[in-house]
Amino acid sequence: MTVLRGRGIAAVNYPTGMNLGGDPSQALIHSTPTGAFMIVLSSTDLGQGLRTVMAQIGAETLGVPMETVHVDTADSDTGPHCMGTFASRATHRVGNAIIEAANEARDALLDVAADELEAAPEDLEPDGEGSIRVVGSPDRSISVTDVALAAHFKHGRTISGRGMYMKPKSDVVPETGEMDPDSTEAHACTVAEVEVDTETGRVRVLSLRSAYEVGRAINPALVQGQITGGAWMGMSHALYETTAPYYPAIDHGPTDFNHYLMPGAPELPEISAEILEIPSVNGPFGMKGVGEMTANSPIPAIANAITDAIGVQITELPITPEKVLRALAERDGAGDAHVS
Amino acid sequence: MAANARAISFELNGESVAALAKPLETLQSVLREQLGMTGTKAGCRQGGCGSCTVHVDGEPTLSCLVPVEHVADREVTTIEGLGSAEEPSPLQAAFHEGFATQCGFCSPGMIAVASALLERNPDPTPEEIGEALAGNVCRCTGIAPIIAAVEDAAARMREGEEVRT
Amino acid sequence: MSAEPGRRAGGGNGKPFDVVGRTHERREARGHVTGSTVYIDDVSYPRMCHMKAVRSPVPHARVNGIDFSEAEKVPGYVTGLTADDVPKNVYTILCLIGVEPDEENVLAEERVRYVGEPIAVVVCETEEAAFEAAAKVKLDLEELPAVFDVEEALESDAPIVTHWGTNYFVYEGHHCRRVRYGDAPAAREQADRVISGRYQLSPIEHAPVEPTGCIAKPEADGRVTVHTNTQAIFFSLDNTAIILQCPPHKLRFVGGTVGGGFGGKVDVIVEPLATLAAMKTGRPIKYVYTREEEMQVSSTRSASRLYVTDGVNDDGTIVSREVTTYHDAGAYSRHSPYGCTKHAANAAGPYTIPNVSVDVHCVYTNRTPSSAMRGFGVTEASFALEMQMDRVARELGVDPWELRLRHAYRNGDDRPYRKTTEDATLVETIQAAAELAGVELSAELRAMSSDDRAGKGVAG
Repeated sequence: MTVLRGRGIAAVNYPTGMNLGGDPSQALIHSTPTGAFMIVLSSTDLGQGLRTVMAQIGAETLGVPMETVHVDTADSDTGPHCMGTFASRATHRVGNAIIEAANEARDALLDVAADELEAAPEDLEPDGEGSIRVVGSPDRSISVTDVALAAHFKHGRTISGRGMYMKPKSDVVPETGEMDPDSTEAHACTVAEVEVDTETGRVRVLSLRSAYEVGRAINPALVQGQITGGAWMGMSHALYETTAPYYPAIDHGPTDFNHYLMPGAPELPEISAEILEIPSVNGPFGMKGVGEMTANSPIPAIANAITDAIGVQITELPITPEKVLRALAERDGAGDAHVS
Repeated sequence: MAANARAISFELNGESVAALAKPLETLQSVLREQLGMTGTKAGCRQGGCGSCTVHVDGEPTLSCLVPVEHVADREVTTIEGLGSAEEPSPLQAAFHEGFATQCGFCSPGMIAVASALLERNPDPTPEEIGEALAGNVCRCTGIAPIIAAVEDAAARMREGEEVRT
Repeated sequence: MSAEPGRRAGGGNGKPFDVVGRTHERREARGHVTGSTVYIDDVSYPRMCHMKAVRSPVPHARVNGIDFSEAEKVPGYVTGLTADDVPKNVYTILCLIGVEPDEENVLAEERVRYVGEPIAVVVCETEEAAFEAAAKVKLDLEELPAVFDVEEALESDAPIVTHWGTNYFVYEGHHCRRVRYGDAPAAREQADRVISGRYQLSPIEHAPVEPTGCIAKPEADGRVTVHTNTQAIFFSLDNTAIILQCPPHKLRFVGGTVGGGFGGKVDVIVEPLATLAAMKTGRPIKYVYTREEEMQVSSTRSASRLYVTDGVNDDGTIVSREVTTYHDAGAYSRHSPYGCTKHAANAAGPYTIPNVSVDVHCVYTNRTPSSAMRGFGVTEASFALEMQMDRVARELGVDPWELRLRHAYRNGDDRPYRKTTEDATLVETIQAAAELAGVELSAELRAMSSDDRAGKGVAG
């Protein structure tokens, strides 16, 4: 029995947004009478933390504390249109819509505050802690709560905003494929280290070390969640998962979790990642979508690491022990072989 | 209700309850449909995902595989009995603060298994935690944050926080 | 119309962000860890009925008859639905973005094209009764020859899967989605060597722990509320309205908390029939997939097959790249015609190569339809191209880091689809990964930048 080690790399891009655009999202923001803000959407949270990220974008733009911002989403009666959560689009489209809506609401907030403070709106700033103050004169300030109460009950003004983001739909030129497919590109580079047991064919992923360039990490822990979860899913794609073990034959397809193999705790590699932020030209606060990319770079990195270990490329997923053993047999029988 | 249904009595989260169960109706079904305990999830109903895990007499048990007659006169604890939003258990706090939950669907089952583990082993290694959770599927987090959260909870509990089971 | 992205909000220009860029707790996660978050299966209504599907057991057949007589005898049976009950029995979810033709039926009419295709649904008062009734519906099916392999499906003697007569999606008169930049065949002829590879993915199931499902509830005012775990509220609502031929505002879709999506909950697969049954019976209808249905009936990632042929010079320059992809759409389109276009844009990779030719065939087979999944259209490109880059590096004896850094696209470069590259950061990302992995790059490679088009280190 020999255990062979190998290292492999993969460098990838991932586009943000539904290919070719035409995937709009809207946001509405309104203040309650006491100065809390409701961000109203129709977007869905799949577990990636959409509600939290949207509240952060809204709070930052409005200049109010996070605790006073709430997200109400996914009721088609009350929420404005959103195309949906897919294609790594949600934070980009919905976030930009929220910025537009929040800017409008913020302008109204400062307008009313200016009336109350007898100052010019352009001389005012929110302090991020629940007050609006005159720049340079911190003692001249008013709470957001008081501004909202004044707006609602004294001035007869709404403090609200509307926002929409849509990358216009572009068509493909059929002959050449000329098109404008995405809003921005995020990037990833993963280095995988594996061990291959030449007797059993089993592959152990020892480590996945990656750099992810995401434009802006709006909430670093949630970006990390995508990295860790994506790395596991990528490893799972590379080595374990299939609905058709004898593809393209349809026989013996798994019907339960016992047969649909996915890695468990003992198979976890060491995962380390560096998050790079090089702001995009058009993402909210420069962000780029990250949710899909994190599962893509580990797959070829692991496959390339296996090649480095055993000297043969296995180009068909999942790279099961059976495929490894067949590749080794071909390698030893027929010299440098490709199994594909 | 079918004529061959019968009443099964047991203790649920510290209170006596009775349910009217059809033959072989699962504990999962009774908990979710009759007793309002929807925190226990139905991910597969094949015993393969662990999202239906509850405690029966303190033992982690797949409620989708257990006929409710099996728990007659016994103690059943669901996620609702393991802590609340107002008073989260150390495990629930650790899962939340450690971002060990994303879509959340596996979390009640994970916490049920981990809670039973920490009862018998207050200082588990990551390997022991991983082995205990081997029957629970998580598709979102990549598992490592969950193991870290259980370790974190164990440390908090050893430092004297109150254990609720 | 569009927001000024990144406009400094909060206190004024130049200050650090107050809220963005910091880790904040997920408030809703408190509900996740205490079991109080509500998912659609946790919702229940009085008089609620359960829907289950009757599905084809074979991959390709003519449907000659459906017999409900035994099913109707099951205690608790309420009703059954077939193709005749569906107002517009066409399920073309991409019609919203203008993709044609109509093909998939909501409930099969005269043909079934994959194992698991729904032919009828039954509605009963309990879930057990629905399972029993569905099992007792008798089908009169006449099996037809089936095809499972993407390249076999394109041969002239292959059984035809689609109703329009070809086993491929027609892109504006072409048999595949094309990208043509420069002259790849000619450049390949001139190149010192040709390096090719065949790369094959497997169909992958999303396998969220929460199964797909919805509850449709008729309201007193004539509208229907649909609780759903779709990833796309309005996309699902609009498609449901089209299938039911009712005004969209008659429907109210509620959701937003999805127990795992990964692209598997954008197929609008349960809402139309549940809503139809709710309208027909006047009762709330719950339709939730079993795990078996999730595993073998719900759509998968496409098992794409890619052939990559690079013309490479001995100095390490890739002068041409030709990619032919066979995208296994399975029996029906779903999101595949769109996914193939997205794939075509990414099929040459984040590299600047002067001559690129891409053919993406959206192929129909008698297999479970494939659809969107995490990385849709790009996962297969990344997999194939990064293995290909290693193959090229190995054959030339070039360091794999160097090969990638030299070819990585720079800002200002032309993409093969004729868009000028902006937001290129691949160079910096590769450099950072090398440092993290303890790999020392040469000074020349470390000096490269996405903004420096000249500094590619290619021998002149």
